[in-house]
Amino acid sequence: MTGILTEEQSLIQKTARDFARDRVAPGALTREAAGRIEDALIREMAELGFLGMTVPEDQGGIGADYVSYALALMEIAAGDGAVSTMMSVHNAPFCAILSRFASDAQQERWLTPAAAGAFIGAFALTEPHTGSDAAAITCSATRTDTGYVLNGSKQFITSAQIAGGVIAFAVTDHNAGKKGISAFYIEPGTPGFSVGAPEKKLGQKASDTCTLSFDNLEVPAFNRIGEEGQGLAIALSSLETGRIGIASQSVGMAQAALDAAVAYAQDRVAFGKPIAQHQAVAFRLADMDMQVEAARQLVLSAARLKDSGAPCLREASIAKLFASQMAERVVSDAIQTLGGYGYLADFPVEKIYRDVRVCQIYEGTSDVQRINISRALLAGRS
Amino acid sequence: MDFALTEEQTLIFDMAKSFGEEHIAPFAQDWEKQGTIPKDLWPKLAELGFGGLYVSEAYGGSGLSRLDATLVFEALSMSCPAVGSFLSIHNMCGGMIDKFGSEDTKQKWLPDLCSMEKVFSYCLTEPGSGSDAAALKTRAVRNNEGYVVNGTKAFISGGSYSDAYVTMVRTGDDGPKGISTVVVEDGATGLSFGALEKKMGWLAQPTSQVQFDDCFVPAENLIGEEGKGFSYAMAGLDGGRLNISAGALGGAQAALDATVAYMSERKAFGKPINQFQALQFRLAEFETKLQSARTFLRQAAWKLDNNAPDATKFCAMAKLMVTDNAFEVANGCLQLHGGYGYLADYGIEKIVRDLRVHQILEGTNEIMRLIVSRQMISDV
Ligand SMILES: Cc1cc2nc3c(=O)[nH]c(=O)nc-3n(C[C@H](O)[C@H](O)[C@H](O)COP(=O)(O)OP(=O)(O)OC[C@H]3O[C@@H](n4cnc5c(N)ncnc54)[C@H](O)[C@@H]3O)c2cc1C
Ligand SMILES: Cc1cc2nc3c(=O)[nH]c(=O)nc-3n(C[C@H](O)[C@H](O)[C@H](O)COP(=O)(O)OP(=O)(O)OC[C@H]3O[C@@H](n4cnc5c(N)ncnc54)[C@H](O)[C@@H]3O)c2cc1C
Repeated sequence: MTGILTEEQSLIQKTARDFARDRVAPGALTREAAGRIEDALIREMAELGFLGMTVPEDQGGIGADYVSYALALMEIAAGDGAVSTMMSVHNAPFCAILSRFASDAQQERWLTPAAAGAFIGAFALTEPHTGSDAAAITCSATRTDTGYVLNGSKQFITSAQIAGGVIAFAVTDHNAGKKGISAFYIEPGTPGFSVGAPEKKLGQKASDTCTLSFDNLEVPAFNRIGEEGQGLAIALSSLETGRIGIASQSVGMAQAALDAAVAYAQDRVAFGKPIAQHQAVAFRLADMDMQVEAARQLVLSAARLKDSGAPCLREASIAKLFASQMAERVVSDAIQTLGGYGYLADFPVEKIYRDVRVCQIYEGTSDVQRINISRALLAGRS
Repeated sequence: MDFALTEEQTLIFDMAKSFGEEHIAPFAQDWEKQGTIPKDLWPKLAELGFGGLYVSEAYGGSGLSRLDATLVFEALSMSCPAVGSFLSIHNMCGGMIDKFGSEDTKQKWLPDLCSMEKVFSYCLTEPGSGSDAAALKTRAVRNNEGYVVNGTKAFISGGSYSDAYVTMVRTGDDGPKGISTVVVEDGATGLSFGALEKKMGWLAQPTSQVQFDDCFVPAENLIGEEGKGFSYAMAGLDGGRLNISAGALGGAQAALDATVAYMSERKAFGKPINQFQALQFRLAEFETKLQSARTFLRQAAWKLDNNAPDATKFCAMAKLMVTDNAFEVANGCLQLHGGYGYLADYGIEKIVRDLRVHQILEGTNEIMRLIVSRQMISDV
């Protein structure tokens, strides 16, 4: 594949691969047990540019293209899925939204440091009662003389505990439906802002997921991103890149599990030969490889489209749907290949399974991808 | 042909289900955290006759059929597959002793096994041999008083927790015919345990290596005849596989029941999510998968009860189909819960983690395919 990558893309891929192997993967189990990503690792990621990948250089990022971003996320995810989730949310939606919709003054204040990795960003859309149906959020933002007062709660917010900035969505006009939602930048620590205890989850344990509560939280007018009523459009604008991100994570984790299965199958002996020499085992490995490769190509193709400036929501949705479903199957097959050892925490695949499972849920569940894809398809035919 | 359960069978199922609801389900998440099941649970289950389900009544057992036993394990596993399956392994040991032990052997072990004063584990797998169990290396050397055992067993459910270990050891040459079965009691000299394994699921059950270091086992602890241990172990697994399947089925059924309820309450886009056709169809598929699994499982159990010549093949097919279907359904239920499915508080992710191992242990599902296809080919 290197042949068709640019020099820069190859370089980023190699940097991410080495970093993931040397720095990310070794701490994965400790990180999972601790339930947090260590500051030192975040600093190293910042230095390598992984926290502002597609943000232009004049805004503090490294101005890489989306293909590079996808390649880097695949590698980081292969090292530790939880770290890739933090990285993914921080880059897009968080930085991507600021890069596209924030004013110059806002960018200077928030984006430049964020893209340099000075702090981690969070994205708060989902609420306890509504996830897939984002337009049904009820968190409210009421106008005051100096800005807004926010009330309500958010659910499942990635990096809530460590975040230095949160982009949150709230209803500014209850009568305007989808056009009544606005986006706000919240600085944690502001009175009225509180973070719940991290949720206990199947996987992704080092990436904290919490509820947020806004209790008469005062937000200056300066902190509104974009126009009043533009919030949902802003939230949805990052879907393409967000989905490319999750699809990349899925490919990375699946590849890591496949690599583990291939190595194990050559080593483990049953019935007098390495299990890789039992045809059913070898053929399953072949199918896994095919699946991972197909997903990788879908992701890279969506990323190339994004880089070309063309719309790619359909392609990003297809890549996300396919890659996340593929990844679960492939990782489950890797567990099976390792037999009883696949079920143990001492071997990497059971963690990968638990981590990758959520890729079918966040950034739009698989059904939501199907809604998008079928709608686009049917609209095209009518 | 009558597919209905008898009145007595329905009673057994209901009794096991309500026992689980009262004594297991409320604590399942705590036990998972603690990594152990309180020992006082077992005598309560034994009082219902679940300690020796298919042990003859003469020795304190319930003398039930394999089919009856699947009902018990399905029902109990609705509360917690890890607890249900643990009991199934104990019962597998009981079945082996009852079927293959001498009169003295049965007198010695079965009453305590049935009352669950003694909890039993089954030790076949070794670090280097799982699927190819006949390659086991743990060696038992005969002397005047009994056997001196050396070797290591791996992945033992109940390792360091149980009171007795039904252990497959090599007393003769390489291959299946050199294997015997002995009971090793907790506290035996030279018996020790590895650290508890960290696992994806079945967390309430301690799993560890069982190590024998010049471990002395009295001659009377031999089950049946020397050299027949492998066939006993495999016979045990026929029934064991039914129970492991039943456990998966119960877990998946619990997940599905919870999901159907959740979907009537959870709203998206202005309506309960059970009003979306794609999700309704998924429910229909899940129901079909579990019902067909249930019917097939009971047929396989019936074959085993009736000593049908193809019983082994049917037990293998049942394990393959039921555990695959059950995992798929539980996993689909997680998905139908959206983000909440991923959270520990909702209990669905636990079922998914628990059921994953049902496709691996008591013979991986690849080994089930091996058994079935070999039989088909040799029938030609
Ligand atoms: C670990 C984790 C991290 C997360 N991080 C963030 C974050 O940082 N920021 C954030 O805002 N959110 C985050 N989320 C939330 C995530 O995006 C939502 O969980 C997701 O969008 C699904 O919403 P829900 O959980 O409310 O499910 P629901 O919307 O209640 O969906 C339940 C089920 O119904 C299906 N369904 C819903 N509508 C339809 C329909 N019309 N047709 C057919 N099927 C339908 C869904 O596919 C799903 O299977 C995170 C979630 C998790 C688990
Ligand atoms: C939680 C847990 C509890 C357990 N409890 C017990 C217990 O109480 N007592 C006990 O004795 N054991 C127990 N086991 C062990 C379990 O039965 C074994 O893990 C299982 O039999 C698989 O063996 P293995 O792990 O050595 O895998 P291997 O035999 O090494 O198999 C690795 C992979 O190769 C495949 N394979 C092997 N041979 C072939 C072939 N010929 N053709 C095609 N594919 C093949 C397997 O299907 C598997 O996918 C337990 C395991 C776990 C995880």
